[in-house]
Amino acid sequence: MSEIRLTGFGWRHAGRKAWAVRDLDLHVAHGERVLLLGPSGAGKSTLLAALAGLLPEDSGEAAGTVEIDGLDPRKARERVGILFQDPQTQLVMARSGDDVAFGLENRGVPADDIWPLVSDALDRTGFPYPITRPTSALSGGEAQRLALAGVLALRPGLLLLDEPTANLDPAGAALIRDSLRRTRDPDTTLILVEHRVAEALPLVDRVVVLEPGGGVRADGPPELVFDVEGDRLAAEGVWVPGHPIAPRKAVLSPGISLVRAQQVTVSPRLSPTTVSTAEGEVLVVAGPNGAGKSTLALVLGGLLKPTGGSVVAFADASPWKWRARELAGRIGSVFQNPEHQFVTSRVVDELMLTQPPRSRVDDLLDRLRLTHLAQANPFTLSGGEARRLSVATALAGAPRLLILDEPTFGQDRRTWIELVDLLDSLRTDGHGIVAVTHDDDFVDCLADRVHRLDRP
Amino acid sequence: MTLTVTPAVTPTAPLARRNPVAKLAAALLFALPLVITLDPLTPAIALAIELAVLPLFGVRYSVLARRVWPLLPAAAGVLITMVLFAADRDGPLLFAAGPVLVTTGVLTSALGLVLRIFAVALPGIIVFATTDPTDLADALVQNAKTPARFAIGALAAFRLIPLFGQEWQMISLARRARGLDAGRNPLARLRIFVSTAFALLVGALRRGGRLATAMDARGFDSGTPRTFARRQVFTVYDWLLVGLSLGIGVLVLVASVVTGLFRPIIG
Repeated sequence: MSEIRLTGFGWRHAGRKAWAVRDLDLHVAHGERVLLLGPSGAGKSTLLAALAGLLPEDSGEAAGTVEIDGLDPRKARERVGILFQDPQTQLVMARSGDDVAFGLENRGVPADDIWPLVSDALDRTGFPYPITRPTSALSGGEAQRLALAGVLALRPGLLLLDEPTANLDPAGAALIRDSLRRTRDPDTTLILVEHRVAEALPLVDRVVVLEPGGGVRADGPPELVFDVEGDRLAAEGVWVPGHPIAPRKAVLSPGISLVRAQQVTVSPRLSPTTVSTAEGEVLVVAGPNGAGKSTLALVLGGLLKPTGGSVVAFADASPWKWRARELAGRIGSVFQNPEHQFVTSRVVDELMLTQPPRSRVDDLLDRLRLTHLAQANPFTLSGGEARRLSVATALAGAPRLLILDEPTFGQDRRTWIELVDLLDSLRTDGHGIVAVTHDDDFVDCLADRVHRLDRP
Repeated sequence: MTLTVTPAVTPTAPLARRNPVAKLAAALLFALPLVITLDPLTPAIALAIELAVLPLFGVRYSVLARRVWPLLPAAAGVLITMVLFAADRDGPLLFAAGPVLVTTGVLTSALGLVLRIFAVALPGIIVFATTDPTDLADALVQNAKTPARFAIGALAAFRLIPLFGQEWQMISLARRARGLDAGRNPLARLRIFVSTAFALLVGALRRGGRLATAMDARGFDSGTPRTFARRQVFTVYDWLLVGLSLGIGVLVLVASVVTGLFRPIIG
């Protein structure tokens, strides 16, 4: 059980002009379950890091006080557990049981007590495998479940969850929500940061909205807060329930075929698939993890040579043989991780890379709200900005065909709508679009056709 | 890439079960005499002993062969270099290929070096083939008093290495998608290589930072004395392995001195 008290709390990271969090007064009582909201840049992650005692005193400037059970969080670390977004970088050990034991070892729990606590934590989260299961063999959702078990094994009085499902596909996210429901404990205070409010609501009984300039904008039971603040939060990018997004339907019928893959295979990742896309249509490739969706995107994008079958694009066979320059002028590919695509040290240089006309560059910067970032380093952008830039880079060569791998993954509502609107207008201009995605909203909103893949 | 391997060996073999630190120490001590002398007899005997004890470690000869073959180019390189460039060309002339005089002395030295490459590498290969990385880290901390910050930290970083291979491939494909390829231009190739490596490094540093934060949050290296969920014991048999290994190593050296072949590396 833990209680949180913040009085005029503020934190400014060293070397930054703006305060990440400011003038924050907040009291969270024992056992309360709080959903922490706010537009990106409101300081949610900084606040969680402060509560977890992960802001070293010399890493910035503090104001006011933050206390957990009357203690400085840096001295109350044993009372606090935190789960981050990315399961890959939370697991330490090669075997599942050892990973849960890791935290217990660090806390100096006697060896004989460790293994019962490990089994208990794994049972509570619903981890289905024996303790010897290699962590490298776990899916994203399973790995995040294991990471949660590792945190819960330490019996924290305060549990902090920093967008625990943002890096997971829908099935993985469902696993974590199931684990969080199972492990619900009236003795544990909970603070959850999550953009997808509908999924988070069953887990909380209070909502706190941070104001980007500082302080708390709204605080209270979920229904009340969303009655008053729902519209504004939705506009700022939070996925508030009851704010559906209208479908964007194609206004023209599809034109000439742009790409056609015939019985294409990539052994052992993709079983024979026949698929095609034409001008002015959005094709969504859906299916479970491991079905070869991303592999198909690489094949259609002329990036991977298939082991069987044929691909014809722009009436030219075998796009994987084309020179890169020619490829980029015909097919634009947007990768799941935007940073994989960045090759220069300025946003504007990214778009100038293959010397397109300056007017196109300015137009792309403008359309994707990147003009004010033109001189910034691409590797310093936020998640939404990086995604917009990666789409802009794919469009710089003015390709007629655009192929995107999970374009909306982890995006807030605002960026999501911007992306969908952009793709819709590209479709109207006669571009062909192939999107690999798990995102059902995206399918409902934009897809003209859906091609389902199954595991080979 | 298979770096976090489950050993492709029989883990219950009598010597495979020994403490990882004992195995590591035994390997180092056994290899020590091999870097003291230049004659071919010492590594030949050592190699014979290593191959003879292999079944005791539960390593199959086919598994060993698979892991040793990357050394062959190095061995061939040494052989060619020695035959062509060795300064010391004593002993009876065997044949002359143009200006290159191949004598028994040259061949003996070359053979000594080639055998040495294998004899020094083999103990290391055997140890890592029969040792789980987790067990090694545990034993280093518990039996050799290595700081956990180093041993467990390295183990955690080790887990991330297989990701780099996939990451490199994706970044390379993304370069092509951006319209960049080198064709036959070596300079362009170098530029793309550097930018790919940079993107990989940025990603690696970010991952490393996140992992360190997550470990921190779970109380790693917080000053509380750690306990050990998995116990590693160092028994009298482990001492015996280390002792025997040192003893046999010394005997091999003695054999080379007695036969008059001993050629110290210094002097």
